[in-house]
Amino acid sequence: MRDIAVVGFAQTPCVRETDGTTNGVEMLVPIFHEVLGSLGLTKSDIGFWCSGSSDYLAGRAFSFVSAVDAIGAFPPIMESHVEMDAAWALYEAWVKLLCGEVDTALVYGFGKSSAGQLRRVMAMQLDPYVVTPLWPDSVGLAGIQARMGIEAGLWDAEAMASVAARSRAAAVSNPLAQLSGSVEVADLLATPYVADPLRRHDCAPITDGAATIVLAAGDRARELCERPAWITGFEHRTDSPSFGARDLLTSPSTVAAGKAAGAEGVEVAELHAPFSHQEILLRQALGLGDDVVVNPSGGVLAGNPMFAAGLARIGEAARRVHDGSASKVLGHATSGPLLQQNLVCVMEGRE
Amino acid sequence: MTKPLSAPLDVGFDYTRSLGPTLGRFLTDLRRRKVTGIRGSDGRVHVPPLEYDPVTAERLTEFVDVASTGVVRGWSWIPEPLEGQPLDRPFAWALIQLDGADTSLLHAVDAGSPDRMSTGARVRVRWRADRVGAITDIECFELSDEPADEPVPADEVTMVTTPVHLHYTHSASPTEDPFLRGLMEGRLIAQRCPACSKVYFPPRPACPTDGVPTTEQIELSDRGTVTTFCVVNVPFLGQRIPPPYVSAYVLLDGADIPFLHLLLGVAPEDVRMGMRVEAVWKPREEWGPTMQNIDHFRPSGEPDAPFDSYSQHL
Repeated sequence: MRDIAVVGFAQTPCVRETDGTTNGVEMLVPIFHEVLGSLGLTKSDIGFWCSGSSDYLAGRAFSFVSAVDAIGAFPPIMESHVEMDAAWALYEAWVKLLCGEVDTALVYGFGKSSAGQLRRVMAMQLDPYVVTPLWPDSVGLAGIQARMGIEAGLWDAEAMASVAARSRAAAVSNPLAQLSGSVEVADLLATPYVADPLRRHDCAPITDGAATIVLAAGDRARELCERPAWITGFEHRTDSPSFGARDLLTSPSTVAAGKAAGAEGVEVAELHAPFSHQEILLRQALGLGDDVVVNPSGGVLAGNPMFAAGLARIGEAARRVHDGSASKVLGHATSGPLLQQNLVCVMEGRE
Repeated sequence: MTKPLSAPLDVGFDYTRSLGPTLGRFLTDLRRRKVTGIRGSDGRVHVPPLEYDPVTAERLTEFVDVASTGVVRGWSWIPEPLEGQPLDRPFAWALIQLDGADTSLLHAVDAGSPDRMSTGARVRVRWRADRVGAITDIECFELSDEPADEPVPADEVTMVTTPVHLHYTHSASPTEDPFLRGLMEGRLIAQRCPACSKVYFPPRPACPTDGVPTTEQIELSDRGTVTTFCVVNVPFLGQRIPPPYVSAYVLLDGADIPFLHLLLGVAPEDVRMGMRVEAVWKPREEWGPTMQNIDHFRPSGEPDAPFDSYSQHL
């Protein structure tokens, strides 16, 4: 198999609301410029383009087609799209490189969540016959899972608030974070419920943003990057969409993806946990010990650009290899209700 | 810089789906005030019923009657219900394991207060009076040890309609904004790409050829050339003009991309590629941030433009 690495990563600031359109062009143009510029590439050096976004989030049809304007797709390019977090677009691009069709790929995700009402938009991903007609909101659903874990003794309100406090503290070193700072767990616990047992700090904020990653194969990767983040395991798995039939206190798809991708021994893990208790659950599912640095960027509790946040987790993890601060890292992405689908990308630096 | 123009957009659609044998049975039975599950490969009874086993992917066919009463397995409290949710007063979302089922159904519990909710609480279905064969035939659950209402006869259902309404605020891009503000004053504002010098009308957030934001504004006249056109002969819902009429691509003088507009004041059989046209504006008091300020185009009477002048814009 060909060796493939993450060689470049850029993302926009995570912000509560941007002035731009929902087709993402205004967010994408600067980060394409940044990531290509940092590698000394131009658009004509990219063999394959792949994106992740959602028309329901954008509130318009074919928003991903409008987004292609940000590339400048002339002469015509090879391009694809997934209606999922762009971490799955990265998977598609990785397969394309594995097949040997191209040597470089640029992957991007974007979402302007502020345009609509995110809690309602997320009901569109549920079973359209027996669940969506009730308009379950994403926060209310996560609250059920959080309470089940509290009552099973897997976590409590204080442990959840500690996740949030640590996330914001870590995000102080991340200039692109939406929420950061020093907060006391006791102060967080004194705030009202959004959806009992969830408080505001337990829920990822509503964020507009975009992210992009450049992949390259073999010698091309070595040319472009002093210390490429070589992908040594890349797996995704899914659980039943019927969440009433699932054991919500674990995540079999995360366990399986982590095992298959070879998650053991990672030093840094960036986890896509939109709710505080899900970080605890994912740590357990991936078997991450106390010695593993989790979400040094602050994670999505510090900024959650929909359809880009999972890709950004992989980019943030890769960055730790690029800068030499870690030699084996993991990026995780989730999709679907209550951690239904999970993707794990393990990357390593080589001397 | 001022904030770009923005406007609300409500998107609505009635999704109509056929149900098939499994969900058709489930929703027909709800209409009859009955709840039906299905036995999975491992013997578990799934409610709602699944068409295929979540582990073995085997087709499931053994329907099992379950009760309209059950127990709360997990819950959250919604202090401010959202549009479309089962109750418009504070309620609990709950996973409810009905008596006789092994999996849980998501629904609302009308508990009044979170103090009255608990995992393990007994609940029963509150049936809607006007049932149509939908999950919302269960109005909600209520805290009770008592049995729910008895089943009644009802016709089979094979389809379900789910209205979806979502609300957005759409912003114009930084390049669309001056275009829209210009229209309010009867001006046609295009943008030039700094890389390839192409002039876009309407403007786009970035030049689709070069991927760079356009920055230079240009005002165009309201005269142009028909690059191509079609004669609309087919009536359709919402049509404002009786067919036949002409929809034409108009390339404004100085622009590099044509746009679609209505062409009137000429018989369809007399319209030609290359025909010179001019805008007919609505009365000024009707102007807004829209291309509809131009009611239509009409022939200007100038000689036809030579093919070479628009051949690159087809």
